[in-house]
Amino acid sequence: MSRIGVFVCHCGLNIAKTVRVSELAEFARTLPDVVVAEDYKFMCSTPGQELIQNDIRKHNLDRVIVAACSPLMHERTFRKVIENAGLNQYLLSIVNVREQDSWVTEDEDVATTKAKALINGAVFRARLLQPLVSRFIDVNPDVMVVGGGIAGIQAALELADTGKKVYLVERSPTIGGHMAQFDKTFPTLDCSACILTPKMDAVLQSSNIELLTYCEVEEVKGFVGNFDIKIRQKARYVDHDKCNACLACTEKCPGRGVSEWDEGLVKRKAIYIPFPQAVPQKPVIDRENCTFFKKGKCRLCEKVCEQEAIDFEQKDTFREVKVGAVILATGYDLMDTKPLIQYGYGKLPGVHHALELERLFNSAGPTSGKVVMRDGKTEPQSIAILHCIGSRDKNNHEYCSRVCCMYSLKFAHLLKEKTHGDVYQLYIDMRAPGKGYEEFYNRLVEEDVKFIRGKAARVTDKTDNPDHAGKLIVEVEDTLTSQFVTIPVDMVVLSPAMKPRQDAKDMARLFNLSTDKYGFFMERHPKLAPLSTMTDGVFIAGACQSPKDIPDSVSQGTGAAAEALTIVVKDKMELEAATAIVNSAACCGCQNCVRVCPYGAPMFNYEKNVSEINEALCKGCGLCAASCPASAIITRHFTNDQVMAEMEGLMEF
Amino acid sequence: MDFEPKILGIACNWCTYTGADLAGTTRLKYPQNVRTVRVMCSSRINPSFIIRAFQLGADGVLVGGCHPGDCHYGTGNLYARRKLAVTKKILEFAGMEPKRFRVEWISASEGKKYAEVVEEFTNDVKALGPQTKFKIRKD
Repeated sequence: MSRIGVFVCHCGLNIAKTVRVSELAEFARTLPDVVVAEDYKFMCSTPGQELIQNDIRKHNLDRVIVAACSPLMHERTFRKVIENAGLNQYLLSIVNVREQDSWVTEDEDVATTKAKALINGAVFRARLLQPLVSRFIDVNPDVMVVGGGIAGIQAALELADTGKKVYLVERSPTIGGHMAQFDKTFPTLDCSACILTPKMDAVLQSSNIELLTYCEVEEVKGFVGNFDIKIRQKARYVDHDKCNACLACTEKCPGRGVSEWDEGLVKRKAIYIPFPQAVPQKPVIDRENCTFFKKGKCRLCEKVCEQEAIDFEQKDTFREVKVGAVILATGYDLMDTKPLIQYGYGKLPGVHHALELERLFNSAGPTSGKVVMRDGKTEPQSIAILHCIGSRDKNNHEYCSRVCCMYSLKFAHLLKEKTHGDVYQLYIDMRAPGKGYEEFYNRLVEEDVKFIRGKAARVTDKTDNPDHAGKLIVEVEDTLTSQFVTIPVDMVVLSPAMKPRQDAKDMARLFNLSTDKYGFFMERHPKLAPLSTMTDGVFIAGACQSPKDIPDSVSQGTGAAAEALTIVVKDKMELEAATAIVNSAACCGCQNCVRVCPYGAPMFNYEKNVSEINEALCKGCGLCAASCPASAIITRHFTNDQVMAEMEGLMEF
Repeated sequence: MDFEPKILGIACNWCTYTGADLAGTTRLKYPQNVRTVRVMCSSRINPSFIIRAFQLGADGVLVGGCHPGDCHYGTGNLYARRKLAVTKKILEFAGMEPKRFRVEWISASEGKKYAEVVEEFTNDVKALGPQTKFKIRKD
């Protein structure tokens, strides 16, 4: 005989609006073994928790059922509640009457009936619940940060500052990310390099950060507290231990590749550092464009290198890194606007995308900070900036990319400063919801920038008007005057959507993350756990989760560092006790479990001719139990009896 | 009154159960005939659970797991996929209408898909009427 308490939460009106909560409590009281059932406005609040704890003591309860939100939301909360009242935390059952009941129907009768069935199922299951003892494992104190953009740099620096060892993995030859490409940042217009490069240098100087540039994550094993991560060090063909960064090699190199950092506006050498302030200041050889790799002779770099650091024989190498927690800050890709043929990018030379313009502004860019057309000398006399290219567009990306309005305003300001030309902003809505952002917009309105409310429909170089010959014609409906407008300009700048990295799905697979429908990494909870993921010990920061500006990315970097710390500051951590065990009397020795387990937890004991499960390795998925022909394996907390009892309870209603 | 089928759902914790939660958070509306048991992984599902559900009077059984290749435990749902395919064959062999048993791969981000699958499956089962073939009568 169990003594069960049932606690029904109203969740304000979230549940109580569609589920008749008092009727539910009344119903629960009629169920066998239920000694007390109550309903309360907010069960997760302090008075709610006290109500449960008082009832446990008063009625000597040995099982607790909470009908509230999803167990993914508050199972941990209520486990703590009953544990603090002296009950084993596994003697709890959560009934999901919010996410999977009150929120998904408007019909009170339907919602209440379903809730009754769910509670009945939980009562059936609760009777069979067993107390379980938590396991503790050692925690590796180190952290890995993947991605060396501003979010990743921030996270790495914060962690290093607390004395933790950090591996910062970056796949390109330098850290810095997209922020390194920018000239100024909105809304304060401070120089991007001036605020970023000191941080990049701090990474290099920090004795706690091991910088792994030109590296990629190859394989992830293990779990929270003890990840085993295999890193591929891509061949640089330059021995960085020997290289003294004199860069004589880059001067002599005859090979040419496209400069990624300058968005393809210019060429760089085949042996190169991405940009003058790159960290580390040591070159790599781009094999695709290297004359020696292409034609079999050259080796000029080798000849000029006094350190004998060039090594054409270098191969990719692999290393295993052990860490307790991981932060992913892998950033975003800019949408390729070529497929949007109506805007002419790639066909009409006067059409640029936003990052190209950033490079034109930048004093370290291809034009030393002069805004000129692609011919390299003509200054544009009129420029149109087209917002929402591929964003807020159901044919492409439905979401708002969040930063484009603000950087487009920044562009307008800088264009006014550098060209004295006419600047047009073609926007759908002006979105400026940040500190100082609205003020920045107001300032731009004063700066004689022409705002046209409407999304550009087309950019063309065809016109019947002789005055417009040689110009780009932007066609747009001004939605404030309901008029069709054509604007002749010299230069068009597209503000394309920020989208997930091309290989975000592969990364998600490696770390076992979910992605949202666009491919951005999914957070554990959109409000309460925005930096955590469904994989314990793996955190996300920056634009890999959704489009973000620099302040948000930096905040998230710091936040993710704090989240990772909550794991790696502990020597030991608690693991789920719901693991599998073998009933050796029933084991037939077929070794199915040994074959199917992805963690190698079941081992066969040849002396006793039975399988045994190593609890430290078991993750509690239950695959072995369902694969055991003798039903000798018991997945604790999800035993056959418990699952079937719950089913029976559910089907009674 | 219309026949309202009773459907047993079995959903894995990481994908389909989370996807069902997402359907709730986004306030999608769908029929409430499915009562779900949460398991950690679809590989936990023993074929006997399915048969037992029909014995208990379920008019349909809906199993949800992560997309093949996306299993939280790596390979669990690949085993589940094979096991449940065989289960379906056995059920058909025993005379059960195939449309009463459905396996779907629904990720944590596919709240909309969850709602659509439930709606479609509920309609399918409704059209078949009450399941009596396997049901054990309590006397």
